[in-house]
Amino acid sequence: MAKVFEPTIKAMEFINIGKRVPKLDAWDKVQGKTMYIHDVKLPRMLHGKILWSKYPHARIVSIDTSKAEQLPGVRAVITGYNTPEIRCGFIKDNPVLKKDKVRQYRDEVAAVAADTLEIAEKAVKLIDVAYEELPAVFDPEEAMQEGAPLIHEDKGSNVLKLPWKMICGDVEEGRKQADYIVEETFRLPFVTHCCLGTSGCVAQFDAKGNLTVYSPTQIRFLAHKDFQEAMKALGLKDKTVKVIQTAIGGGFGSKLDTYPFEFITIMLAYYSGRAVKLVYTREEEFFASPGRQPVRAKISQGCTREGKLTFRDIEMILDNGAYTSWGATTPSVMMMPISSLYQVPNIRYVAKCVHTNNIYSTAMRGYGNPQATFAIESQIDTLAEKAGFDPWQFRMINRNRPGEVTPQKFEITSCGMKECLEAVKEKLQWDEKRGKSNGRGVGIASLIHVGGGARIYKSDGCGTILKLDDFGKASLLSSASDMGQGSDTILAMIVAEELGLNVEDVTVIMKDTDLEIWDAGAHASRSTFVAGNSALYAARKAKEEILEFAATMLKEPKENLYLRDRKVFSCNNPEATMDIDKLLRAAHFRTNGRQIVVSEFYDPPTVMLDREMKGNFSAAYTYGVHGVEVEVDQETGQIKILKYIIAMDVGRALNPMAVEGQLEGGGAMGLGYSLMEELHLEKGKLLNGNFLDYKILTFPDMPNIDSVIVETIDEKGPFGAKGIGEPPLVGSAPAIANAVWDAVGVRIRSLPITPEKIVAALEEKQRSNS
Amino acid sequence: MDERVMAMKISFNLNGEDVSINIDDHITLLEMLRDSFELYGAKEGCGYGECGSCTVIVDDMAINSCLMLAVSVNGRTVVTVEGLAGPRGELDPLQQAFVDRGAVQCGFCTPGMIMSAKALLKEKSNPGEEEIRKGMAGNLCRCTGYSKIVEAIKCASEGGCSCGKGF
Ligand code: FES
Ligand code: FES
Repeated sequence: MAKVFEPTIKAMEFINIGKRVPKLDAWDKVQGKTMYIHDVKLPRMLHGKILWSKYPHARIVSIDTSKAEQLPGVRAVITGYNTPEIRCGFIKDNPVLKKDKVRQYRDEVAAVAADTLEIAEKAVKLIDVAYEELPAVFDPEEAMQEGAPLIHEDKGSNVLKLPWKMICGDVEEGRKQADYIVEETFRLPFVTHCCLGTSGCVAQFDAKGNLTVYSPTQIRFLAHKDFQEAMKALGLKDKTVKVIQTAIGGGFGSKLDTYPFEFITIMLAYYSGRAVKLVYTREEEFFASPGRQPVRAKISQGCTREGKLTFRDIEMILDNGAYTSWGATTPSVMMMPISSLYQVPNIRYVAKCVHTNNIYSTAMRGYGNPQATFAIESQIDTLAEKAGFDPWQFRMINRNRPGEVTPQKFEITSCGMKECLEAVKEKLQWDEKRGKSNGRGVGIASLIHVGGGARIYKSDGCGTILKLDDFGKASLLSSASDMGQGSDTILAMIVAEELGLNVEDVTVIMKDTDLEIWDAGAHASRSTFVAGNSALYAARKAKEEILEFAATMLKEPKENLYLRDRKVFSCNNPEATMDIDKLLRAAHFRTNGRQIVVSEFYDPPTVMLDREMKGNFSAAYTYGVHGVEVEVDQETGQIKILKYIIAMDVGRALNPMAVEGQLEGGGAMGLGYSLMEELHLEKGKLLNGNFLDYKILTFPDMPNIDSVIVETIDEKGPFGAKGIGEPPLVGSAPAIANAVWDAVGVRIRSLPITPEKIVAALEEKQRSNS
Repeated sequence: MDERVMAMKISFNLNGEDVSINIDDHITLLEMLRDSFELYGAKEGCGYGECGSCTVIVDDMAINSCLMLAVSVNGRTVVTVEGLAGPRGELDPLQQAFVDRGAVQCGFCTPGMIMSAKALLKEKSNPGEEEIRKGMAGNLCRCTGYSKIVEAIKCASEGGCSCGKGF
């Protein structure tokens, strides 16, 4: 049964689960002891620097590196012409050093490794590149026209060949059944992650030619594969690669792919024979690390007189930029809210990703979901009003329910949408506050996201190795990645709970591809669910072994034994008890002794999307509702957030403090996306690549978020938990747009919702009224 | 471009210890702390005074060490995040509050946050929420949404907070 969070009787029985446990690495972090990529220093390490392209689209006529090579302290200068070709991205359309032509301002043309960063910076300035400018295209719709300049001639078209089409039911039939239909177009901007720690890596070859890469990646095993492939190009196919993950200074999807700079650093290390470090400046981080893809969405939805949705029809165009990274696959995730947010029987969705000479895009927290949900949830309000329904009531009518199978064949296990809607309604004082049109307004938006992994690769698995020592301490080698969200702590709590240990008895290690089993990476809000289940099942195996041995030692049937407070107990015999460390030593130091080491590879019970883009690709789905109250200054268009509530169905809150951290941090990122963030490109060139001109929320801007944790205890999640890393930002923008509508009666269909847009819309409204 | 570099000998107090060093006059305080003293707590998040992750305390004032030249700390007192914990590693109450209140996620902003908060609390022992938010406006965090940092600072202030651990 779903309920708003308060410790239940069941939860009270847990020792660790459900407690507000501080993050395991917080002690080091508050003392400045944590090593980020910026802090890595190896003996005789060189510094790398990239020369970026000066044009958005141009032929490279020649590159003269001779002056740079002669500069004292320069150890390697590489270009596409003196190195083997390595390409990155999932369709390998991005040569890491550009040859023949550049396709965007931030293209990598050459790179230098030198004794100091200063020398490297000087050296790249000494490289002469002669370009011949080519006609460029910056608007995806123009890029789709016949005769538009081709970004990749070999592809024959700027439109990517990707299967982004989904049909469920019959949309034409749905249109016929609808008594009310609304059709609108929405626009979503280009934004970026703004991790406080910029990107970077360090590469080093050993004397045998084996490679070690230090990286704050979110995907150390997929990166391992990409680097291993690159070794082939360098003629080092039989050599090994090891990825060591440093502390990650913010991820949010930005480190979900491998990028040219990493391969460049590897080549610089290879050609110089020295360790090389390459770290982006903030300026580079802005223009050279790909962001969230801009989207144009044409959407129509219809409903009956009774308020039941009959169809949803969406066409999208995504500006893919010059190359292809994960940004181009976000439509596969957009399909989730499109097909499965509310009960909609008839759906049509088509998306085109189009190359332009703009900066390319990658994964970013929410992975397409914020764009799709902005369009859907903004329009739900308009449709509800047109059909004469209170938007909250309209959502209740169409809400998802536990146990349903959605048109995309998602099998919904737990679903707390109703509870989230009710909680937000109450906290927002919806009935009293709504519909006043006095400059104050309230708005809500619901969301769905994957909460049980997402099978986007053939394996969605995650490995765990769990080792118990002679002192009752556990080492947990998890393949998950912690970017700050707290998966280290969650995993330790899970293992401690299962083995009757304290959290501080568990050391979590997640950093080295040589030590750990494979994992698909920190994406799709999957760590708690997938890595959590992996850790849980490993702990259960260890527990079995411990209890088996304890049974012989204590001469008690195994079924009667349980672990708690670092001891083994029998439920029948209070005398039969033993400290766990003693037990472990007894098992170890004897003839035929053994130590307890177990491994687990957990792959959730899901399938990949089929050719129709259907199938249960996540083992659980997370629901939530955002609610905001705003005050809009009708003169200046300024929006003040008076109240911000995020209610999330998290399955079970394993660590409520960490859940709140995700809700508050995600909410902040969502508010930034809604109100102020936008990368401005002029003819492909970034105009506002710094924190002065690209604003993210600061202390005074950020309202306190009222987090409502709804627990539905998912049947498949570890202790009932579902993933919640991404969803807290998904509902922000439509909730605010809906509140602005309620406050002043204008509908803003593009983000960010700036004061200028509101003033313009109010003026427009006045004009059409008079 | 004039590329003459002048090395200057400076002496100052660093985390309670008197130190001297020859340093080039174009080196920033942040570079000197990291490269010459291997104090990696202060971070470069931007390098131009907009993120606060390089914050250290110079003579009781929180400053962006990326903007200050190293030579200008001559004769002054510098405290970095490494200088806060006690001799046996006991955390400063502010550090403890950051830990306990979940104010740390990726942690990249954390040393700068703590140093700004430290200076704020020195100036005002019991700031209200508005004052904290205003006083901390120069420090960016992309992970936490700030509320838990505000709580932590409140918690470590004289008035303490509802958690009762207090100062
Ligand atoms: S690094 Fe100094 S303010 Fe950003
Ligand atoms: S904790 Fe990551 S930037 Fe603040």
